[in-house]
Amino acid sequence: MDILSLFVVVPVLTIIALVFTKGLKQARLVSMVGSMFQLGMAINLVFAYFKERAINDSIMIFTKDLVWFEQFNIHFAIGVDGISVALLTLTTIIVLAGVFISWKMPDLPKEFFISLLVLATGVYGFFISIDLFTMFVFYEIAVIPMYLLIGIWGSGPKEYSAMKLTLMLMGASAVLLVGVLGIYFNSNADGGALTFNILEIAQVNIPFEAQKLFFPLTFIGFAVLGALFPFHTWSPDGHASAPTAVSMLHAGVLMKLGGYGVFRVAMFLLPEGAMHWSWFFIILAAIGVVYGAFGAIRQTDLKYINAYASVSHLGLVLFALLTLNKIAWNGAIIQSLSHGLLTAMFFALIGMVYGRTHTRDIHKLGGLMKVLPFIGAIYVITGLAYLGLPGFSGFVAEMNIFVGAFENPSMFNRILTILAVSSIVITAVYILRLVGKIMMGPLVNDDFKDLQKATWYEKTGILLLLIPIIAIGVAPLWLSDMIMASIEPFIKGVL
Amino acid sequence: MDFSSFLLMRQEIILLAIILLLVVAEIGIPKNKKSSIVHLAIFLFGIHTAAGFFTMNESNLFGGSFQTNNLIHFFKNVLNIGVFILLLQSADWIQEKIVNQNKGTEFFILLFSSLLGMYFMISAGDFLMFYIGLELSTLPVAALAAYETSKRKSSEAGIKLILSAALASGVSLFGISLLYATSGSIFFQEIIEVISANNLTILGFILFFTGLSFKISLVPFHFWTADVYEGAPISVASYLSVISKGATVFILMILLFTIFKPLMHVWENMVYVIAIATMFVGNLFAIRQQNMKRFLAFSSIAQAGFILLGLISETQLGTATVVYFVMIYIFSNLAAFGVVQAIALKTGKENMTDYEGLYRTNPKLSLVMLLALFSLAGIPPVAGFFGKFFLFTAAAGKGYYLLVFLAVVNVTISLYYYLLVVRAMFLRKGEHPIPHFKNKLYMRLGLLITVIGIVVLGLYSPLYEYIYELSSVFN
Repeated sequence: MDILSLFVVVPVLTIIALVFTKGLKQARLVSMVGSMFQLGMAINLVFAYFKERAINDSIMIFTKDLVWFEQFNIHFAIGVDGISVALLTLTTIIVLAGVFISWKMPDLPKEFFISLLVLATGVYGFFISIDLFTMFVFYEIAVIPMYLLIGIWGSGPKEYSAMKLTLMLMGASAVLLVGVLGIYFNSNADGGALTFNILEIAQVNIPFEAQKLFFPLTFIGFAVLGALFPFHTWSPDGHASAPTAVSMLHAGVLMKLGGYGVFRVAMFLLPEGAMHWSWFFIILAAIGVVYGAFGAIRQTDLKYINAYASVSHLGLVLFALLTLNKIAWNGAIIQSLSHGLLTAMFFALIGMVYGRTHTRDIHKLGGLMKVLPFIGAIYVITGLAYLGLPGFSGFVAEMNIFVGAFENPSMFNRILTILAVSSIVITAVYILRLVGKIMMGPLVNDDFKDLQKATWYEKTGILLLLIPIIAIGVAPLWLSDMIMASIEPFIKGVL
Repeated sequence: MDFSSFLLMRQEIILLAIILLLVVAEIGIPKNKKSSIVHLAIFLFGIHTAAGFFTMNESNLFGGSFQTNNLIHFFKNVLNIGVFILLLQSADWIQEKIVNQNKGTEFFILLFSSLLGMYFMISAGDFLMFYIGLELSTLPVAALAAYETSKRKSSEAGIKLILSAALASGVSLFGISLLYATSGSIFFQEIIEVISANNLTILGFILFFTGLSFKISLVPFHFWTADVYEGAPISVASYLSVISKGATVFILMILLFTIFKPLMHVWENMVYVIAIATMFVGNLFAIRQQNMKRFLAFSSIAQAGFILLGLISETQLGTATVVYFVMIYIFSNLAAFGVVQAIALKTGKENMTDYEGLYRTNPKLSLVMLLALFSLAGIPPVAGFFGKFFLFTAAAGKGYYLLVFLAVVNVTISLYYYLLVVRAMFLRKGEHPIPHFKNKLYMRLGLLITVIGIVVLGLYSPLYEYIYELSSVFN
C-alpha cells in the first residue's frame, strides 16, 4: 500500500472497527488509536516528502493512478505537493485533538465518532486527489456528515443551522459541478483526450471564452466553503450550533478546503479566467475581511465571535490568493494552517468553558483566569497569536499576505490592501476586549468558584494544537520553503 | 419449422409458464394452506430471474415484430431483479393481509402479467406489438392499485389510474395512427427509412410522446401520480414508480434514438422544456408532503426529470447513462419503499412525523432509509451520485450547460426534502417513536439486496463499462 492511499484506507478501517464497538469507552479508544495512527502517517509523510523532494522535482510526488471509469477517463489519481502535505498534517492534528476534546460524548458516541471520521476521510481524500472527479467525490463526502454532526449533537437552533449549512455547501458543490464539467469538456482544446486529471488539464490552453465562463462557477463553488462574502452566512450559525469537536474540524479543516480548491483548481486550471475576474472577487474578499472583523466586535456569544473572526481571517486567504502574488500566496497557505490551528484551539477552549459554566455569553463570564488558570493562560496565548503577535503562526501568515499584496503596484489593489490591513486593528480590538472581559477582572459569578480544572485529555488536545502554533511562529522557514517550492509551478500560469 | 428461434422469447415463455403454474397451484392447494403460494411464487420467480442471466442471441421474430438484443435482454434482467426485490418486500403484506381475503394468487398473476406486458413492450419491433405490450402492462396494475378493497382510497386509486392510463393509450394510439398515415408502415425498421419532419409526422410524434409521458409521469401529465401512489397498496405504488416507469423510459429512449432520430431537432427542445418543468414541479411539490407515499411520488416525478437529461445527449452515451441511472434508481427507490412498507405493515403509520426518533428504536431500518435517500439525492459514495453525475456529464457533453445548471439547482432543492426525512429519523427524538420491531426474513432479504445494490453499483465501474458497450446497438 502506498503512502498516500493509506490516508483513505486507515480512516475507513477505523470506521469499520467503530461499527463493532459498544459504548463510549470502546468507541473513543478505537477513534483515538485510529487518529493517532493517522497523525503518525502524516509525520512520516512529511519526512518522506522532504526525502523524495530532494530527488524528484515534478509538481506532484508519490503519484498513483488507477483507472476508475474508463469511458469518461475518470481516474482515482492521487499525489501531493508541499501544500497538501502541510494541510494533511494539519488535518490529522485537529482530528486527534477533536477526539480528545470529545472524550466525554454522552449521546450516541459510536455514531458521533463514525461521522467525525467520515468527515476526516473526505478531507484527506480531497487533499490528496489530483483528479477532479475524485476530488469532487471527497468534497461531498466531507460535507454531508456535518448535517448529522450538527443536527444530532449540536446545541441551540441546531436543526436550522445544520440544514442551512448543508444546503449552502451542497448548493455550492452543485455550482462547482457545472464548473468541473465545463473544465472537463474543454480539456481537449489542444486535441488530446478529455480528462479530469488536474496536471494534464494544466498543460492545456483552455479557450479564454470558456475560462471566463467557468472560472466564476468553480471559484464560487469552492469559495462558499471558504466563507466568501456574501455566501458566508452558513458559517456563523453552523459554528455556533455545532458541538466542540465539530466546530474545531469545521473551522479548522473543512473551511480550508475552500481556499485549497480555489488555489488548486480554479486558479491553476483557469488562470486567464482568474486574471479576468480577480478584480471582482477581490472586492468581495476584502469586504469579507473587514465585515467579518466588525461582525465579531458586535457579537456577545463566544462562538459567534470566533465564527465571524473566521470569516474575516479566511477572507484574508481568498484575498491573498486573488492578489495573484507569490509571497501573498505563500502567506495564504500559512494563514490557512495557522488559522486552522488557532481556530480549532479557540473552539476547544470555548467548549471547555461552556462545558463548565454552561454559558457562552460574554456578559455572564468574567475573571475565569483565577479559577481556570490553565485554560485561561492558553486562551490568552491563543488570542495573542490570533491577532498576529510575532512569535506565533498568525504573524508569519499576515506579514506575508500584506507584503505580497502591497507589492502589486496598481492603486486599486493597494487601496484594498490598506482596507484589509485595517482588519488587524479591529481583530486586536475584539480579541483584547474578549480576553480582558472573560479572563481578567473579578469573578462575576460565585458559582464559578469551584469549576473543575482542565482534565488530562483536554490538556492533551490543547498541547497537540499549541506545539505547531509555536513551531510555525518560531521557525517558519522550513514551512515556507516547502510551500514556496510548491507554489512555483502554479504561479507561472497567472503571472 | 425451427422451434429453436422461439428461444429468443425464453424469458417471456418462462414467465408465462410461471403464471400458468400459479393458476394450477391456486386450484390444487387446499384452502388452509394458501399462504404457501407466496413461497412458491417467490421461488419460481427467483429461478426465472437467475435463468435470465444466461446469454442470448440477438435477432428478430415474427417478421420483425419482436426483437431482442443484449441491451434489451440486460434491461429485462434489471426489471426481473427489481420485481424480485419487490416480491420479497411485499411477501409479508400478502401473507398477512391478502391471502386471508382469498386473493393471494391473483396478486402474483396480475403482477407477472403486467411484467410480461413490459417484456413485450420493450422488445417490440412494431407499433402493434408495442401497443399490446403497453396495454398488458397497464391494465393489471389498475386492478392491483384497487387491491385493498376495504379502503376507499385504494379503489379511488384504481379508478384514477385506469382512467388516466386509458386516456394516455388513446392519445398514443392516435399518434401511432398518424405516424402510420405518413409512413405507411407500423414496423420500426421501415419507418426509420421513410420518416421525415413533416407536420403530420410531428403531430403524430407529439401525441405518441404525450401518451408515454403519462406513464413516466412527466409534467404536465403527472397529476394522477401522487393520488394513485397514496391510495394504492405500497407494493403497487412501488411497482408503478420503479418498474413501470423504468420500462417506459427504456422504450421511450429506444424509440427516440432509433425511429425518431430524424426528428431530433423537434424533440430536443420538447425534452429540454419538459425536463426543466418536471424537475422543478416534482421537487417543489415534494417539499410540502407529509405522507411518505406522496413524498416518494413527487420525488420520483423529479427523478424522471433528471432522466430526461440523458435523452438529449449523444446516442450511445445517453443510452448508457439512462440505463445506468434507471438501474440505480430502481434499487434506491425500492429501498425507500421497502422501509415505508415495513413500517406501514407493522404500525400502519405512513407520515413523516411518525418517523421521528426512528433511529433510536430501529437503527438498521433508518440506515437503509438513509442510504436510499442519499442515493436518490445523489450524495457520494452511494450509487445515486454516479448515476446523476453521468447523466449531467452526458447533457453537458452536448453543451447544455444551462440545463445542467438548473438540474444541479434541483439536486440542491431535492436534498432539502430528503434531509427532512433524515431529520425526522435521526435528529428528532419524537414523543411516540415507532417501537422496535423485527422484520421477517423476506423483508430483510429484500432490503439487504437493495443496500448491496446502492453501495456497489456506483463504486464498481466495470458495470457501467458493460452497459456502455451494450448501448452501442443503437448507433
